[in-house]
Amino acid sequence: MKVPREFYKGPKDIPHEEELSPGAPLCAGCGGLMTLRLMHKVLGENVVIVNAAGCMTLMATYPYSPIRSSWLYTTMGSVAAGAQGIRDALDIRRAKGKLSEQDEMKVLVLAGDGSTYDMGLSATSAAIHRRLDFWYLCYDNEAYGNTGFQMSSASPFASRTTTSPIGQQEPEGTFQEKKDMFELWRAQKPPYMATVSSHEVVDLAEKVKRSMAIKGPKLFLALAVCPTGWGFDPRMGDELAHLAVKTGIWPLKEAVDGVVRHTLIPSRFLPVEEYLRPQLRFRHLFEPAPHTEAMQAIQQKVDRYWEQVRKDEPAASPALNRGTSGT
Amino acid sequence: MVRRMLTGNAAAAWGARLAQVEYVPAFPITPQTEIIESLATWFADGTLSGKFVTMDSEHSMVTAAGAAAATGVRTFTATSSQGLVYAMEALYTVSGWRVPFVLVNVSRGLSSPITLGPDHNDVLAARDAGFIQIHVETCQEVLDSVLMAFRIAEDVRVSLPTLVNLDGFFLSFTREPVEIPDAKLVQEFLPAFHPQHPVFSGSQSLAQGVAVLDGATYSYFRYQMHRALENALEVHEEVAEAFSRLFGRRYRALEEYGMADAEIVLVMAGSFATKGKAAVNRWREQGRKVGLLRLRMLRPQPAADIARSLIGRKAVGVIDQNISPGLGGILYQEVSGALASAGERVPVMRSFIGGLGGKDISQGEFDWVLEALDGAKPSDGPVPCQLLFTDAEYEQVRMALSIAGKSQGGTAS
Ligand SMILES: Cc1ncc(C[n+]2csc(CCOP(=O)(O)OP(=O)(O)O)c2C)c(N)n1
Ligand code: SF4
Ligand SMILES: [Mg+2]
Repeated sequence: MKVPREFYKGPKDIPHEEELSPGAPLCAGCGGLMTLRLMHKVLGENVVIVNAAGCMTLMATYPYSPIRSSWLYTTMGSVAAGAQGIRDALDIRRAKGKLSEQDEMKVLVLAGDGSTYDMGLSATSAAIHRRLDFWYLCYDNEAYGNTGFQMSSASPFASRTTTSPIGQQEPEGTFQEKKDMFELWRAQKPPYMATVSSHEVVDLAEKVKRSMAIKGPKLFLALAVCPTGWGFDPRMGDELAHLAVKTGIWPLKEAVDGVVRHTLIPSRFLPVEEYLRPQLRFRHLFEPAPHTEAMQAIQQKVDRYWEQVRKDEPAASPALNRGTSGT
Repeated sequence: MVRRMLTGNAAAAWGARLAQVEYVPAFPITPQTEIIESLATWFADGTLSGKFVTMDSEHSMVTAAGAAAATGVRTFTATSSQGLVYAMEALYTVSGWRVPFVLVNVSRGLSSPITLGPDHNDVLAARDAGFIQIHVETCQEVLDSVLMAFRIAEDVRVSLPTLVNLDGFFLSFTREPVEIPDAKLVQEFLPAFHPQHPVFSGSQSLAQGVAVLDGATYSYFRYQMHRALENALEVHEEVAEAFSRLFGRRYRALEEYGMADAEIVLVMAGSFATKGKAAVNRWREQGRKVGLLRLRMLRPQPAADIARSLIGRKAVGVIDQNISPGLGGILYQEVSGALASAGERVPVMRSFIGGLGGKDISQGEFDWVLEALDGAKPSDGPVPCQLLFTDAEYEQVRMALSIAGKSQGGTAS
């Protein structure tokens, strides 16, 4: 099931102009960068990107920047406050007649999961509370990537990070469940929020376009495939992003004024194994011996999630169908 | 011009009001809160136009202040103590953006143990953050310094945030007669903000806070900030001159009190300098040649002026209202450094710690300092910093310890 398209029928309809030039010093196959590129295309020019410490910080490295729009690096914990200062100042200038139409800017926060789920949460929650008019793109690579892939509160259960290693005490590695950031935001009822995938480009573009008519805090939570941290061949990036959607691990949805609808529901779900197996961070679930219990727990959690979706959005959801590899 | 009884906090708020600040991100903390409360009221009733916004923390508040200044509006904010150290990372961050705004800090001792009384450990923790630092003595000086701070910060030779420090309680909550300058004259002194630095605007692409990964380029930018801060000395002189032409009050980076023929000099900062000056007056009546040097501008450090002012004196005592555990008084180190870099020595230099957490420095303690300096000889050898503490205070603490069930003696004595 896909929600009807409003603006873009297919990938070819997405704006062709590039706001990011090639040559950023990030890893090949970086899903975060890909997501930013797509989102920025739709937002268009006149954007100021307010960045929190993370992998993307290295995009603008003096004297180079691949960004045609503007950029402000802040800190790891106060990126939303930086967005607040810029938005407020633009509004003040506008009210005083000191900001022409072409000087107006869209304010876009660009932050990783570590900043978003952990240190920056207070500043962000406060910005939502104040109804700040901004976009927030969290590229979620499910760990502190820039510092070498340590566990964050976005790291999923049973993933290995450098600070949740596999050991006798914790055979799963990360034993905590991933924080549900979508629901944390939703509790504050922002006017728009969405999850996106770099594979589902039309779904992503549609959401960005829809959000542009809306004033207030707008969240874009992107699963950002990370070849370096997750341990897979960069060429497989897009496929892995696709697998996250097809297994139901990364649901695509949006919420307008807190009301959720899923925007793409696979007609048949692949087993989570398909998504987990290619990644080094989950290798211990398969080798040396299969870790059936953990795998089942992951599958059950995904199944339960979609059962609930079926109850909440009966019209949109086909019966839960588990396919097999290759379908 | 009107003359009114104002607290230091009210004077700070009036300074911001007369500067026609457009943006105030805020967060409450004692003893600063009245400043932001006054400003909130003035934005609410239309006295000020722009925006007042309550942030979730001082770390956020300083980030927002810097970001707004980087977007070209006149910005003011205020904090104190825990708030200033909570914002520490953001202080360094925004000064690196080279944006002008004014931050008032109302000094208060740092936790632990948590306290409300003033001392300077909070503001001195921020001395290397790339902010200009002005330490004031009176409520009038609070208001005047806020106005001057905007002009210094916004000068293209400087383009850095400026911190004005006043002492909690002794200034923040103490009413003094303050001349509130005429708004028209203030506008002449400080016209509306026309940013000299590039600001965020849709029609121009600007990257701020960009990563610099090689040491050479990093050194270049850091040293450039140092030079810009140094420029603030000259800019301060010009601004102080312009200020005195319009308002009749002349401020200097250092204030010399009774220094002309002084042989013994006390060095102090902040409102306790008033107590020091009273002591100087008393001693002068007794015919003793004592003066006081008040450090008003701490950053940039007017090193050459400090040296010029102290060279040739018999003895210098620095009274630090702060303590760097394991080192002693911070300003003592600063003053000694200024003398050393001038290639000069004063025969006797002594370090005193007084007024921590708002503890009074009594007449008796000042007298003790004077006698200690008078009797000191260069041959005394190394003398550690000395804590000013009266017998009555010792008795009071001893009582508290015994109530708390801690036996006397031990490390507390
Ligand atoms: C206050 C602070 N603590 C720690 C760091 C070190 N640090 C820099 S980037 C980073 C990881 C950020 O993780 P995330 O937000 O997920 O972004 P990613 O690196 O994964 O892109 C950390 C911990 C920092 N910059 N600031
Ligand atoms: S570590 Fe991952 S998120 Fe960071 S740049 Fe590389 S691929 Fe992107
Ligand atoms: Mg991350």
